[in-house]
Amino acid sequence: MGTFLYNSSIGKKLVMSVTGIFLVLFILFHMSMNLVAVISPEGYNMICELLGANWYALVGTLVLAAGVVIHFLYAIMLTLQNLAARGKERYAVTAKEQGVSWASKNMFVLGTIVLLGLCLHLLNFWSKMQLVEIMGQETNSLGFGPADGAALIRYTFSQWYYVVVYLIWFAALWFHLTHGVWSMFQSLGWGNKTWYPRLKSIACIVATIVFLCFALVVVFYFIQSLCGGACNL
Amino acid sequence: MNLTLKIWRQKNAKAKGAFETYHVENISPDTSFLEMLDILNNNLIHEGKEPVVFDHDCREGICGMCSLHINGHAHGPDSEITTCQLHMRKFNDGDTIVIEPWRSAAFPVIKDLAVDRSAYDKILQAGGFISVNTGGVPDANAIPIPKADADESMDAAACIGCGACAATCKNGSAMLFVAARVSSLAKLPQGRVEGARRAKAMVAKMDELGFGNCTNTGACEAECPKAISIAHIARLNREFLSAKFKD
Ligand code: HEM
Ligand code: SF4
Ligand code: FES
Repeated sequence: MGTFLYNSSIGKKLVMSVTGIFLVLFILFHMSMNLVAVISPEGYNMICELLGANWYALVGTLVLAAGVVIHFLYAIMLTLQNLAARGKERYAVTAKEQGVSWASKNMFVLGTIVLLGLCLHLLNFWSKMQLVEIMGQETNSLGFGPADGAALIRYTFSQWYYVVVYLIWFAALWFHLTHGVWSMFQSLGWGNKTWYPRLKSIACIVATIVFLCFALVVVFYFIQSLCGGACNL
Repeated sequence: MNLTLKIWRQKNAKAKGAFETYHVENISPDTSFLEMLDILNNNLIHEGKEPVVFDHDCREGICGMCSLHINGHAHGPDSEITTCQLHMRKFNDGDTIVIEPWRSAAFPVIKDLAVDRSAYDKILQAGGFISVNTGGVPDANAIPIPKADADESMDAAACIGCGACAATCKNGSAMLFVAARVSSLAKLPQGRVEGARRAKAMVAKMDELGFGNCTNTGACEAECPKAISIAHIARLNREFLSAKFKD
């Protein structure tokens, strides 16, 4: 019982799919939360206050970390097995098959970019917010309070290179989701000829909404930093 | 038509292979691809050289023997046909055509362009059948089967076991083949009874033989000569997962 989750191909895909669904739901939550930062920095800090080092935020963080780790470990396992199954000798000539998306063939590379972006993001934000509270400190290395997310956003995205890196990160996530969001249904066995075009459209729409909403916050704060607080966006 | 052919030559499973270049001349556009290779082999024999080994049998698209990866596509540039149904009119005079064997760890090269596809037979032997003798042809409508189900089953049964799916898949996955077999039987009352056992046994065999894990790229469906849909893969996933959760 349960062994099929790591020793059968379809079981492994089930784990990939379930962790993927979980991560997509988290991303949607995080995205909605970020939008508040554009509307009202004070409101945003209220949410940061709620998600400090209390038990439910810590449990949430741990579950989320487990989701990322399992998704990543299974991605490595699947990718290595698939490389081996392809064999040592490669085709000298390859061509694009009709209707096959580029993202679907590069999920591991895209996922790795997403993970690297995530590491940077944890360094930029998590280590200066929740971690500071866990360590019991009053202020972070920049001198902000650990729940002052708005100040941290303002500081981070006033530096153009972070803006560029974050936008690349979101683009990789966009590609990953255009395939991932419909593929997760197929892996669960939920899909048919009628639903494929619908699922693929939904995936594209979800990926695009995620990209635009995350990018909005970054670009908004960057532009605001350019006018040095003179303009009130 | 005059053509340049770059063909993979390999003495046996262990030997290291390489591409050899050949020229064929005065090929009629109405020649089939395999006839063009017959002409090449005829020339090679007359020159006292070793002919190129390639698989074929029915030459009418039903046996699944002819394989060949031609200019980057399984079964060549046309869609929904096998190599034996491909004609030289799909190419242009002066073209260079690269011909490779199926490349997949589970399909080792036997010689030149011929590969060992017995892995697919082993998967079939693991469960792609009905255990009881179903007798002769039953009376029409003795067992009512909804038209939609019969159609689904027939579409899946069109699979000829050619191996293009695993050969095309970047993951070397045999899912489309296994899904077609599981689906065609699961949709009929005679096959339904053993559905759960069959899905588990065939997937276990497929994994054991070293085929890869499907990541839903859909490349198999695009290259399948019988246009088997990945909707059958979704059904296989359902069959397999519900069988495992019931255990
Ligand atoms: C927060 C970020 C991420 C989200 C929202 C996400 C989402 C998804 C989803 C929904 C799927 C489809 C699951 C399925 O086909 O059943 C998927 C598949 C996959 N992900 Fe991620 N993922 C993320 C991060 C990563 C990371 C860090 C990697 C590491 C390399 C990765 C690698 C893969 C791979 C290799 C697949 C398999 C492709 C497939 O089966 O179609 N992902 N991801
Ligand atoms: S599913 Fe299509 S490509 Fe795969 S073996 Fe059957 S006929 Fe060939
Ligand atoms: S030779 Fe039988 S399908 Fe091509």
